[in-house]
Amino acid sequence: MNYINPNAVRPLFEGADWEFSTVQRAYDAIEAIALGELGLDVYPNQIEVIGTEQMLDAYSSIGMPLFYKHWSFGKHFARNEGLYRAGMQGLAYEIVINSNPCISYIMEENTATMQTLVIAHAAFGHNHFFKNNYLFKQWTDADGILDYLEFAKSYISQCEEKYGETAVERLIDAAHALMSHGVHRYPRRRPADLRSEELRARERREHEERVFNDLWRTVPQKDGGKPDNSAEERRRALLQLPQENILYLLEKIAPRLLPWQREVLRIVRNIAQYFYPQSQTKMMNEGCATYVHYRIMNRLHQKGLLTDGAMVEFLRSHTNVVFQPEFDDPRYSGINPYALGFAMMQDIERICTEPTAEDEQWFPAIAGSGEAMAVLRDCWANYRDESFILQFLSPRLIRQLGLFHVLDDANESNLRVEAIHDERGYRKIQRALARQYDIAWTLPDIQVMDVNLETDRRLLLHHRALNRVLLDERDARLVLQHLADLWGYDVLMKEVDPATDSVLKEHAASPRPGILQPI
Amino acid sequence: MHIVDRRLNPGGKSLANRQRFMRRAKSLIRKAVHESTTSRSIKDVDEAGEVSLPAQGVHEPSFRRNLTGGIRDHLLPGNKHYVEGDTIPRPPGGGGEGGSEGSPDGEGQDDFRFALSRDEFVDLFLEDLELPDLAKRRVVDTESMSWERAGYSVTGSPANLALMRTVRNGLARRLALRRPRADELVALREQIHALEEDDPRRVELEEELDRKLRRVSVIPYIDPLDVRYRRYEAHPKPVAQAVMFCLMDVSGSMTEHMKDLAKRFYVLLYIFLRRKYKHVEVVFIRHTHQASEVDEDTFFHSPETGGTVVSTALEEMQRVVSERYSPDAWNIYAAQASDGDNTASDNERTADLLSNCILPVCQYYAYLEVGRDSEHFPPGFIRRDSDLWQTYTDICRTGVPMAMRKVSHRRDIYPVFRELFAKRQAPVGAEPA
Repeated sequence: MNYINPNAVRPLFEGADWEFSTVQRAYDAIEAIALGELGLDVYPNQIEVIGTEQMLDAYSSIGMPLFYKHWSFGKHFARNEGLYRAGMQGLAYEIVINSNPCISYIMEENTATMQTLVIAHAAFGHNHFFKNNYLFKQWTDADGILDYLEFAKSYISQCEEKYGETAVERLIDAAHALMSHGVHRYPRRRPADLRSEELRARERREHEERVFNDLWRTVPQKDGGKPDNSAEERRRALLQLPQENILYLLEKIAPRLLPWQREVLRIVRNIAQYFYPQSQTKMMNEGCATYVHYRIMNRLHQKGLLTDGAMVEFLRSHTNVVFQPEFDDPRYSGINPYALGFAMMQDIERICTEPTAEDEQWFPAIAGSGEAMAVLRDCWANYRDESFILQFLSPRLIRQLGLFHVLDDANESNLRVEAIHDERGYRKIQRALARQYDIAWTLPDIQVMDVNLETDRRLLLHHRALNRVLLDERDARLVLQHLADLWGYDVLMKEVDPATDSVLKEHAASPRPGILQPI
Repeated sequence: MHIVDRRLNPGGKSLANRQRFMRRAKSLIRKAVHESTTSRSIKDVDEAGEVSLPAQGVHEPSFRRNLTGGIRDHLLPGNKHYVEGDTIPRPPGGGGEGGSEGSPDGEGQDDFRFALSRDEFVDLFLEDLELPDLAKRRVVDTESMSWERAGYSVTGSPANLALMRTVRNGLARRLALRRPRADELVALREQIHALEEDDPRRVELEEELDRKLRRVSVIPYIDPLDVRYRRYEAHPKPVAQAVMFCLMDVSGSMTEHMKDLAKRFYVLLYIFLRRKYKHVEVVFIRHTHQASEVDEDTFFHSPETGGTVVSTALEEMQRVVSERYSPDAWNIYAAQASDGDNTASDNERTADLLSNCILPVCQYYAYLEVGRDSEHFPPGFIRRDSDLWQTYTDICRTGVPMAMRKVSHRRDIYPVFRELFAKRQAPVGAEPA
């Protein structure tokens, strides 16, 4: 009998081959789950199918579809190409760009299952994170980034035509060396517009009227009402010192840079700022995307949209991604952000739905709330890696991973185990692990302290050597040389022990004539 | 949601960056290229290949924290038996435990390896060199035909349709046959419209319109007669071909080291000729007191004993040239390597053969005298020139296409080669015959 049940669901695809219609069908099915059941909120998606060489191209320009030209990208390209051709490194299945619309590149050689996985992971997981996380909202402009890159690319190529490739290359070399210290870490105060200014003035007046007390008039006042402001402090205030954004400082006040050089510094700095949130949310971002694809793929299978074979293929790839080798395993190379992120997301889901007594005690706000997705969406929106771990790393997960904390003091002959996964250790481990994801702990803290523009114009920097860990000397010297070239005068860096304020080491550099500045 | 197929987008977006990188690392790459040639065989030395650069040369510095010293925290998964307060002996080599700390940028201190395409490789290898421009060309029977435009034809494939010519022919034909133009018809129709229903001129005009419409239907806009195709004709292309003679003394006095030097020189010459000529053939002739043509492997590796009579090799070469490589059709290059020994009685004959028979047919003749690696002469010490060297010096003086150099260490090979073929203002020798 040739009876076909019209209600029976047919799988999205069978076998490994796919066509554009397959991708479209898979996308629609995923979208229904992601928006309908998980309640995700995403930018409109644009999915682009690319080949191997294009993927390698994308690798070399930090994943961006267009970028200015510089030899270092060629170096990365050559390196990746070499590794790939030698079979030592596979390529990513996808690259996703934080833009509006959100562009995901998928590889043509992925199987149909992988395309489904990749769409769930990138086009919904990462996309939701990009759109909702507070850091991305604060620091990046998804609507404008592609236009800005377009501008940057054409501006720099114009500069090359006008001033010569060598001059531009040297400038970008120097700027790249300082790129990690070309971001604002804290939002700056925006100049207020007239309206809010007015509002604040009114509030201030109202407040004064409310707390007015005539008694204050009778309090005797100090003579010489003007606060003591030495010339040095005034100068530093005018130059906004101390300043941690070195590229910003150079762009604004370096005495000898030409206008186009300032603009190029600005471009490099803006791009660094655009990537700033990514480094702080790597673990959460991947955790979010992995959790989302895991939920979606399981749901697709449940609905009968994925064949069992496809499901097995997916699970195999998924377990590879979230594999965490233990510390004594030869494959161990740090904590896998996918593994930790995914484990934490799943753990939160568990706490919401099946809390234990311990969870009730540790996470009273969410334990047993039953609304796992709501809690997760809130996490994804309002935390970064460091705060997320501090808040949500549960004792159960610490035990499960067998996390322990080892202290390595160069002054002692032995390493010491500070904390393990026990009652006394949970808090310590949370704190220590969070620190590893805290950018203030991982990047050296370098600030421009002072410059006297009236005398020798020497730029003074301090590196606050946290835990007495100094800078890598050879690199530091090279970067300082670049900095001196940009600044145009001498540069001095002191490495200071923040505990005692004693100077541990000093580096100095003088500009090389004719490298960046006209002689 | 949009799905965009980007696979057909032009590739090579990174090409400009790659070239910049190559320029930046040029001196390093050049060095690596020279080193890598030592390990390759003569024929495949100019294939594409991987070279490795010292990572330091293309390093991008940044402010980063030292990997050792100070107080560090490590958080590790997979605790098995440690409890709080345990001490662990510091693993040797500093760093973290179990190699937990990679370098922060993911780049090890290993060499930076990457692949050069064949052209890139050879370009770097032979920068600033040129052949004495003496290429002879001749038309060989098959192989290279080039298609050249040769007017138009009335038949052809649609891909070759000459659109401009076709439309132009159509226009001329339509004008000649007075096919009514579209705007004429429109104007006529408007005129008819403007007239009253019973205007007598209307009938007249309608008839005219009818006539014109008939004409239009009979005379097509484009007729098969108009169609023209671009015509191509095959022209045999002159091909420049070269033969390279490798002559080497393999008598007992030639050590492995000397042969190695010679081989390197031949490799360079081979690559260089390959750049210039599509077809390069290599002939290996070895000699002791007698000479024979052999294959590459025998040439370099098979041991041989006997005296040294250079003229036999030249005779053999002459024989091969007359049998297979007519000087009219072939560009002939020869490179001879020897330690300079020759039987004293043979010098005169060698000189005679070389200047009267060999040099006239050669584009270039290079003589390389290889010495022992250990030969160190104190400065000021004048080394006695070998028999062969003295003999050749006399010939070389007279502005013939010949050059001679002495080499005793492999590091000198490349400089000597460059010296021989460096671009120069004046031609290296007079055009023979």
